[in-house]
Amino acid sequence: MVPTSYYILLSAILFTLGVAGVLIRRNAIIVFMSVELMLNSANLAFVAFARAFQTGNAVSAAAMSGQIFVFFVMTVAAAEVAVGLALIVAIFKSKHSIDVDQVHQLKG
Amino acid sequence: MTLDLIIFLVLATIAVLAALAMLLSDNAIYSALFLIVNFAVVSVFYLMLNAPFIAMVQVTVYAGAIMVLFLFVIMLLGADKLRQPQTDIPWQQPLAILLGLVLLGVAAFAIVSRGSVSAPSPLSDQMISAFGSPFELGKLLFTTYLFPFEVTSFLLLVAMIGAIVLTKEEKAKLLPRRPTKS
Repeated sequence: MVPTSYYILLSAILFTLGVAGVLIRRNAIIVFMSVELMLNSANLAFVAFARAFQTGNAVSAAAMSGQIFVFFVMTVAAAEVAVGLALIVAIFKSKHSIDVDQVHQLKG
Repeated sequence: MTLDLIIFLVLATIAVLAALAMLLSDNAIYSALFLIVNFAVVSVFYLMLNAPFIAMVQVTVYAGAIMVLFLFVIMLLGADKLRQPQTDIPWQQPLAILLGLVLLGVAAFAIVSRGSVSAPSPLSDQMISAFGSPFELGKLLFTTYLFPFEVTSFLLLVAMIGAIVLTKEEKAKLLPRRPTKS
C-alpha cells in the first residue's frame, strides 16, 4: 500500500509546477492551463485524504466529504475555464495578441 | 517494494514529466495534449485511491470537456504558431524557478517531517464496492451538501451567461445607421 504522504508530496510537486508555469510563461493560454494543473493537484490531495480518513466498516461521512469537495472543485474549474477563455478571446479580438506582457493598459 | 508502490512511482514519474513537458513546450497544442496525459494519470491515481466516480468525472469533465475547450480556443486564436516572446526583465524567469523550488522545499519539509508514513488501512470487501461509489456520493451530496449543490447550478448558469456576454458583438456595430433628418 502507498502511504498517504507520498500522494500529498506528489500533489505539492504538481502544484509547484503549476505555480512555476504561471510565473514563467507569457502565453495566456499556457498560464491558464497551469492554473488548471494547480486545481488538479489540490483535487489529488483531497482524494488522498478522503481515502486516509476511511477506517472501519461503515462509510464515514467525513471521508466521503473529501470526494464531494473534489466534485465541487471540478464544477468551479469548469465554470472558470469557460469565462476565462471567453475573456482571452475578447482580449485577442481587440489586441490580436495573447501575450500577457502586452496587456498593460492600466499601468501607471 | 510492493506492486502498489511500483505502480505509484511509475505513474507519478509520468505525471510529473507530462506537467514539465506542458510547461516547456513551445507549441500550445502539444502543451494541451501533455496536460491531458497528466489528467489521465491523475485519474488512474483516483482509481487507486478507491474513488471510481471521481476518476470517471475527471476523465469526462477535465480531460474530455475542459481540455477540448482549450484546444478549440488555441486553434481559434492560432496560438500554436505564437513563439515565446522575450520578457522585459531578464532575471524574472530564473528567479521564478528559484522561488518555485523554495516553495516545493517548504511543502516537502512540512509533509515529510509530520506526515504519516503508514498506508491507509485496507478496506474490507464490502467497503471496496461501497466507498467512493456514486450511491455514497449521492447520499451525501443531496442531503448534507444540498445547498452548495444548488449554488453550483447557479454558478454554471452565471458562467454560461458570462461567456456569451463577453464574446457578443456590440449592437451598435450590427444595426445599420439611421439617416438623420435635418
